[in-house]
Amino acid sequence: MALFNFHKNTFKNGIHPPESKDETRGLPIRQFPFPPVIILPMAQHIGTPSEIVVREGQEVLRGALLAKAVGYLSVPMHAPVSGIIRKIGNVPTISGKMSPGIYLETFPFSTQEVLEGKPIDPDNASAEEILQGIQDAGIVGLGGAAFPTHVKLKVPEGKKCETLIINGIECEPYLTTDHRVMLEQESDIFMGIKYLLKATGAEKAIIGIEANKQDAADHLGRHIPENLPVSIKVLPVKYPQGAEKMLVTSLLQKEVPSQGFPIEVGVVVVNIATTAEIGRLLPHGRGIQERVITIAGPGVKKKGNYRIPVGTPLRFVLEHVGVDEDIKEVYMGGPMMGVAVSNLDISIVKGTSGILVFTGKDVGASDKIYPCIKCGACLDACPILLNPSKLGVLAKFEAYDEMARDFHLMDCFECGSCTYVCPSHIPLVQYFRLAKRVVRKRQAEKKEEVNV
Amino acid sequence: MFKKTLDISSSPHIYKGRSTDDIMKNVVWALLPVVGFSVYSFGWNALLVIATATLACVMTEHVLCKLSKKETTVQDYSALITGLLLGLTLPPIFPLWMAFVGGVIGIALGKYVFGGLGYNVFNPALVGRAVLQAAFPVAITTWHPAFLADRFTTVSGSVFTWPFMQPQFDAISGATPLSAFKFDGITTSTAELAFGQISGSAGETCAVLIALGGLYLIARNMMSWRIPVAVLVSAFLLSGLLYLINSQVYPSPFFMLFSGGLMLGAVFMATDMVSSPITPMGLWVYGGIIGILTIVIRIWSGLPEGVMYSILLANAISPHIDTVIRNRVYGTQRKVKAI
Repeated sequence: MALFNFHKNTFKNGIHPPESKDETRGLPIRQFPFPPVIILPMAQHIGTPSEIVVREGQEVLRGALLAKAVGYLSVPMHAPVSGIIRKIGNVPTISGKMSPGIYLETFPFSTQEVLEGKPIDPDNASAEEILQGIQDAGIVGLGGAAFPTHVKLKVPEGKKCETLIINGIECEPYLTTDHRVMLEQESDIFMGIKYLLKATGAEKAIIGIEANKQDAADHLGRHIPENLPVSIKVLPVKYPQGAEKMLVTSLLQKEVPSQGFPIEVGVVVVNIATTAEIGRLLPHGRGIQERVITIAGPGVKKKGNYRIPVGTPLRFVLEHVGVDEDIKEVYMGGPMMGVAVSNLDISIVKGTSGILVFTGKDVGASDKIYPCIKCGACLDACPILLNPSKLGVLAKFEAYDEMARDFHLMDCFECGSCTYVCPSHIPLVQYFRLAKRVVRKRQAEKKEEVNV
Repeated sequence: MFKKTLDISSSPHIYKGRSTDDIMKNVVWALLPVVGFSVYSFGWNALLVIATATLACVMTEHVLCKLSKKETTVQDYSALITGLLLGLTLPPIFPLWMAFVGGVIGIALGKYVFGGLGYNVFNPALVGRAVLQAAFPVAITTWHPAFLADRFTTVSGSVFTWPFMQPQFDAISGATPLSAFKFDGITTSTAELAFGQISGSAGETCAVLIALGGLYLIARNMMSWRIPVAVLVSAFLLSGLLYLINSQVYPSPFFMLFSGGLMLGAVFMATDMVSSPITPMGLWVYGGIIGILTIVIRIWSGLPEGVMYSILLANAISPHIDTVIRNRVYGTQRKVKAI
């Protein structure tokens, strides 16, 4: 009800899961050791997988180009360590499918110096040059979506980017990487914003930070460079505020149109870790070799925030930090939207923001599912204002087309708030995930028929 | 290390950890003071009636589940709530066999034939009571004064009427404030109404305890605050308007608010989640319909009380309210969907 919406600087609905960040928020980012072998899938971003440009047996230096972008919606891949290409073939990925990739054996005694490339001058480079530089650095959204950043930054013809929003919300429980990056990499962040303002043509940037990271907001506030039009806004804590649409609404009280992107209301949103990475890499013309990851959860011994080479096998990571005997589930990402891992031979990818380990007693037995009692808790949770209760009933009858046509199924971005609150333990978002897949498939088939 | 296999599950991996039986259990807690006051004011009679109705509901649910070879659902507490509510809406000297019949019908026809918890269109307790009202019009309108001296020493003879027999009522009977007003033009003071110093159905007399139970559930986020507010405000506004027009003919809105089953209906009956709409706007409309219909029935119909029929009617249109009134989805314009 708009009538009772007293908080201007927030979005409607949402939930308040336990934050569970206390154990790692105070731990500075530490460099993770190099694994003996790096396993690097080529499909670790949204878009066309990168094309391998090295051969088996070739020696590469850290930061060297291993694979190039294929077309516009794609990014290149760089060597996370100095070593030798041991094998080119299929590597396991989190989805369970095998994907073309590279096994890179680390030189044990290398100094692991990073190659320098062609620097991009933040003062004199054109928007096009910066966008190209971002693509060449292999940068994708580090918040988890892994969408190529240069594509997101490209303002479409006829549109104008007025505001650049830097997303420092980090609303997923347990994760503290953005928090640490904000505390430790302020100059990288502001350098990144400088590039991003130029690339998008935005006049000003706003950094959105949730109130549980007040120290980070204060720290950044003290270090804003002169002549950089950046402001910092602290928002009340609420999940899923880190979702682009929710953040735009919280900061600007505007709604992004259904199925649309923030640019339609003159906004581009970039994750803070991505921003820091741009500011860190572009002045040296380097590519991504590593990223900051929170390793936490009740089953982890050495919890913390680590800078880990991309391609580090999960098994190596868990062996290094130590986990409980009773390890039951491992998630990549946060507990609300992260993906459960079935195979520890997969590796860290660019989009991995967290590794969470839950033991048997944390996961617990699956609760009894009751019929929907129409309590409406899901309607009060859904940030997109859908009717998950009704969608859940339709999903049971596999009425997927009706869900999409009449009940805005495709606007669901799978934040999981409905399932989180449901007292009847109905797996709502899980139904919707499936339904969306089916609808997308059917739409694609329809298109094909028309084309034939 | 890592010899065992990992489980996989689809996110989210954490849950709020509140379940449907928690909500139901809390409704029972909220009802207990009302039951307690009922027994305190009407004595053993009320306790017997409430216990019988409850037993009938829980037994019926259990037997029907067993008959259809399903796992019993009595442990979700919903049948218990239906039974307590049915008992609370009956006169305290109601024959026990009739109360039992009401419970059986409420669960069997009001809930089970629709598919059990979550699928019932009508509030099962009110279905049971509506059948009783049609079948036993005398018994269900024979009231009993509260706070009789012998309420904990004797039990009214009518309570133990043999099954299928009409009860013989004792000489003492007390008119409810609503029937006293309707048929004799006598109004009762608001204080007496609010604190239950009156006669009426077993559980409807103490408006204050009912409201407290509702506040408890609302505070625990287990009940929509919109429904009781909508019911009470709309009833208050309509009766207030009529009172302003002619205070000689129409009773005061405070009398309307605290008399009869309005408070019990608004707080514990209309708020049955399953048979009420789901969107915030739908809840306002639904509550408004109940409040207005109640006053219309009370003032212009031949019946002194109209809460039950108002809620049942609103239950019937509640699925249609959900069809017509929908939330505006984020990033879209509000559309009115054709019926």
